[in-house]
Amino acid sequence: MTVTDDRPAAVLGSRLLRREDPALLTGEAKYTNDLQLPGALHLALARSPYAHARIISIDLGAALAAPGVVAAYTGADLTDLWAAPMPCAWPVTADMKNPAHYPVAVGKAAYVGDAVAVVLATSDAAARDAIELIDVRYEPLAAVVDLEDALSDRVVIHDELGTNKSYQWDLKIEDHEGAIDEAFAAAAYTVHDRYVQQRLLPMAMEPRAVAAVPQPFGGDITLYSSTQVPHILKIMSAITLGIPEHQLRVTTPSVGGGFGSKLNVYAEELLCLALARKHKVPVRWNEERGENAVATIHGRGQIQHMELAADAQGKITAVRVRILGDMGAYLQLVTPGIPLLGAFLYAGVYDIPLYDFSCTSVFTTLTPTDAYRGAGRPEATYAIERAVDSLARKMGIDPMELRKRNFIQKEQFPYTAMTGLTYDSGDHLAAAEMAAGLADYEGVRARQATQNVAGATKRIGIGQASYFEMCGLAPSRVLASLNYSAGGWEAATVRVLPTNKIQVVTGTAPHGQGHETSWSMIVADKLGVAPEDVDVLHSDTAIAPLGLDTYGSRSLPVGGVAIAMACDKVIDKAKKIAAHQLEASEDDLEFAGGTFTVKGSPDKAMPLAAIAFAAFTAHDLPDGLEPNLEAHVTYDPPNFSWPFGTHICTVEVDVETGHVQVLQYVAVDDCGNQVNPMIVEGQVHGGVIQGLAQALFEEAVYDTEGNLKNASLAEYLVPAASDVPSLTLGHTITPSPTNQLGVKGIGEAGTIGAAPAVINAVVDALSGLGVTEMMMPASPNTVWNALQAAQNAHSQTTAQNGATK
Amino acid sequence: MIPAAFDYVRAGSAAEAISLIGQHGDEAKFLAGGHSLLPLMKLRLASPSVLVDIGRVSDLNYIRDAGDHIAIGALTRHMDVETSAVLKEHVPLLAHAAGYVGDPQVRHRGTLGGTIAHADPASDLPATTLALGATYVVQGPNGTREIAATDFYQGFLESALEPDEMLTEIRVPKMGGAGWSFQKFNRRAQDWAIVGVAAWRGNGSSGVALVNMGSTPILAGSVSAALAGGASVADAAQLAAADAEPQADLNASTEYRTHLAKVLVRRALDEASH
Ligand SMILES: Cc1cc2nc3c(=O)[nH]c(=O)nc-3n(C[C@H](O)[C@H](O)[C@H](O)COP(=O)(O)OP(=O)(O)OC[C@H]3O[C@@H](n4cnc5c(N)ncnc54)[C@H](O)[C@@H]3O)c2cc1C
Repeated sequence: MTVTDDRPAAVLGSRLLRREDPALLTGEAKYTNDLQLPGALHLALARSPYAHARIISIDLGAALAAPGVVAAYTGADLTDLWAAPMPCAWPVTADMKNPAHYPVAVGKAAYVGDAVAVVLATSDAAARDAIELIDVRYEPLAAVVDLEDALSDRVVIHDELGTNKSYQWDLKIEDHEGAIDEAFAAAAYTVHDRYVQQRLLPMAMEPRAVAAVPQPFGGDITLYSSTQVPHILKIMSAITLGIPEHQLRVTTPSVGGGFGSKLNVYAEELLCLALARKHKVPVRWNEERGENAVATIHGRGQIQHMELAADAQGKITAVRVRILGDMGAYLQLVTPGIPLLGAFLYAGVYDIPLYDFSCTSVFTTLTPTDAYRGAGRPEATYAIERAVDSLARKMGIDPMELRKRNFIQKEQFPYTAMTGLTYDSGDHLAAAEMAAGLADYEGVRARQATQNVAGATKRIGIGQASYFEMCGLAPSRVLASLNYSAGGWEAATVRVLPTNKIQVVTGTAPHGQGHETSWSMIVADKLGVAPEDVDVLHSDTAIAPLGLDTYGSRSLPVGGVAIAMACDKVIDKAKKIAAHQLEASEDDLEFAGGTFTVKGSPDKAMPLAAIAFAAFTAHDLPDGLEPNLEAHVTYDPPNFSWPFGTHICTVEVDVETGHVQVLQYVAVDDCGNQVNPMIVEGQVHGGVIQGLAQALFEEAVYDTEGNLKNASLAEYLVPAASDVPSLTLGHTITPSPTNQLGVKGIGEAGTIGAAPAVINAVVDALSGLGVTEMMMPASPNTVWNALQAAQNAHSQTTAQNGATK
Repeated sequence: MIPAAFDYVRAGSAAEAISLIGQHGDEAKFLAGGHSLLPLMKLRLASPSVLVDIGRVSDLNYIRDAGDHIAIGALTRHMDVETSAVLKEHVPLLAHAAGYVGDPQVRHRGTLGGTIAHADPASDLPATTLALGATYVVQGPNGTREIAATDFYQGFLESALEPDEMLTEIRVPKMGGAGWSFQKFNRRAQDWAIVGVAAWRGNGSSGVALVNMGSTPILAGSVSAALAGGASVADAAQLAAADAEPQADLNASTEYRTHLAKVLVRRALDEASH
């Protein structure tokens, strides 16, 4: 029997090709640096070659005399332009120390790359040539590179603060005083591990670029920037420069990636704005790659002390976490909050009754840190997932089995964690079992038993990470309780034009994610139109004045849901018009496939197209109803979104060279309903590779003087397609119960699962040789060092045993 | 990433290139594929005032069978070396190693003469031609001379080339069916080697050279001597670093580099002996 179905295939859930891609792939897309701006001056910045130095004097004479140079300024020359220091929007504690931070340093440079003077010239080349002619005399001071050294206050970086400690933030939940100590004292097994989250360079494909264009009359100014946050940038720029917010428009041409690094308000944006106003001409700046490595924020930078207590069956009874966070030289937009975005997740996917978290953050003489894909949550997941593997090794049981004993069970959802947050849905066992099946977990264990024998050159390891992600930032009230300076809502407008084409205005700011495609699919599904009849407008504060932009896997679960809600409002209004014109009661109408029909009399129907035109002409609307078909929604989510999943990585380690070969990588992610599975896969691919890159390739390496040793892509090892495995993806689908689309974020999940899965696999491969610790990145040299250390420890014990005989 | 200002002239032949270099003096540099020189200029680690572009000197782009050896024009691109049927038959080690230089874009631009003249110890083909006992032909204002690869490399990025001399031809002896191996150890496929080994073995003789194990490409003479004296591959490989002075960098400590050289030489000789 064949079933024919002549309804159009569902749009939602289909693998619609991204409408963004033709322009991106053919080079037609225009980025900030592609803008043609006649008469623009080019900004270049002289940057400190010292990590920590007093500025004795700055001679701009030779630079000012150089060809094409229009002006040059020191930090002191510019102080009048700032109404406030650069913004930090997240004062995490009342007593948090936050040194005043200006776009150009005055008196002291606090990291290599800190701007000390600027030049404006008629071309980029002239500006950069002139920079080399600026004569700055420095008195170098001792650099502070190491976090524990920073905490000692041996060298205080910001004299006015008197300390390098920025804040301490605690989250202590005990059912009674001393309960945690008792749990550790009573434990059959404990783990105490120290992990290092190395600094990472976000390395968006497009470095930053800025252009500020003043209008000839009236004082309005437009800021073009390669940013993830045009709305936040507008507000913060207005405050920092003390200019009227309504006269400032921020817009982004195509943005070539951000990964969190463009979730910020940067010195160069403020400088272009201020100097364009001062000189009354456009001022632009284009970041070089090497500059990007030191002048754009870094990610991660933490030392983690992770403790677990468990009973004889391996049931984890308490977790205690101590974090030392590296803020870098200054607090950028959300620097201090990054470690705390993970603060709630150190119990991972496990049902653990006692929790004790404390984070102390310090200044160093290095580039400021801030949000980088996952922001706080990869760090948390890494710590708990590695610690669980440590515990399994101590107990001599399979880590998968140990996880199963501790998972929050499906029946426990919604689950109120001891941290006070409610995990709305989840099924960790299902995700873990699907991943184990795809990875042939048992088969790999069997191969391991035959292959990892004494003398084997190549050893197999398998590693797992199960994660819970707190994303979809965020319920405004929860952000308030964390002292964050803004809310977490998102705005949407859906406008049905007279000819039944749809305009959607969103406050999200896509920079590679494909929002135009996904948002058009949501609207197409809701309103029964074709996706290509939906235009998505975004990233221009003149067109989309309200919004909180794109980061923290928030765009779909907050912004996309706002669009769906706006569609509902449009349908409600359209229904009134349809009822009026069809002379039917609203209750008797149903809406499907873009048409209202009267229940029971299918010949009485009115398509949305007719309603749209009727709403436009306004000739015959119900009394009191305003013309036009348009709705606006601002949506504040009731909860975070809680994606979860299990990743399993299989590696083969060459014990002679230390080389790690990833044999297979399985990612099972649950992001609820999928609007476009192809886009979901793209996010998982990119995310996993970024996490794998942290595990095996990437690290911002500093010498003791605070110089970044790998500021180019020849030395900073972003893996290429040839260096990574193809991925095996699986999905379970547990719709979010808190929004009508049932969606959860997926932008960061891959990064969160990958690093611990890979490192657990590497340690698993080598644990038979006595290796229990592994630094990231697990480079061949690092792996070899770990093997040498294990061997030395082994021969020492053997020697000692021999001696006592 | 904007180089300092420079002038540019293009040469149509080797003779013209040499005369142009002579005219512009010390501050002038040949530009071949530009894949070593231009990055240095963009980072302003080199700022020649004149570039003499020899990239289109097409009479130096050839691979010829010259009886006992293969003659390769200095302007031959890595991709042509990699895919040459003549080289695959007679000097398969060189053709194979050329396939490991950078990525396809680099191999389509970079030249064999450029990589040898640049004398970077981390590059693949200087060491490979050294292992193979190559001879380099150079041409200057006073004519042509031949330099043995063993005499060519004098220090970090320093060679026996005079500033007004141009490398015109690379002569590589035919391998006559000897076994060979090229081991390149790196973290990303397109990167320079952390340590590399080019090796061949046959007719009671052998050649082993090391990439990135000192300030020049290193001929591991002690290894070949040990093999000639009857040592096993495993024992000979222990001498891998005997002629080297490995440095530490971001990818490898001196100890690790030394260890890697031993492992890779052993693996190379095992492969070449089969
Ligand atoms: C991304 C990237 C990856 C790379 N990876 C590798 C790798 O993995 N392995 C590797 O071996 N190399 C690698 N290289 C270097 C590449 O092989 C270069 O092409 C080569 O080293 C230089 O050749 P060229 O023709 O580009 O020389 P150029 O850059 O044009 O010149 C280099 C120097 O040699 C001089 N010169 C050039 N030709 C002559 C001549 N005929 N006579 C006299 N002097 C001359 C120039 O004046 C200059 O000083 C890489 C390069 C890049 C950009």
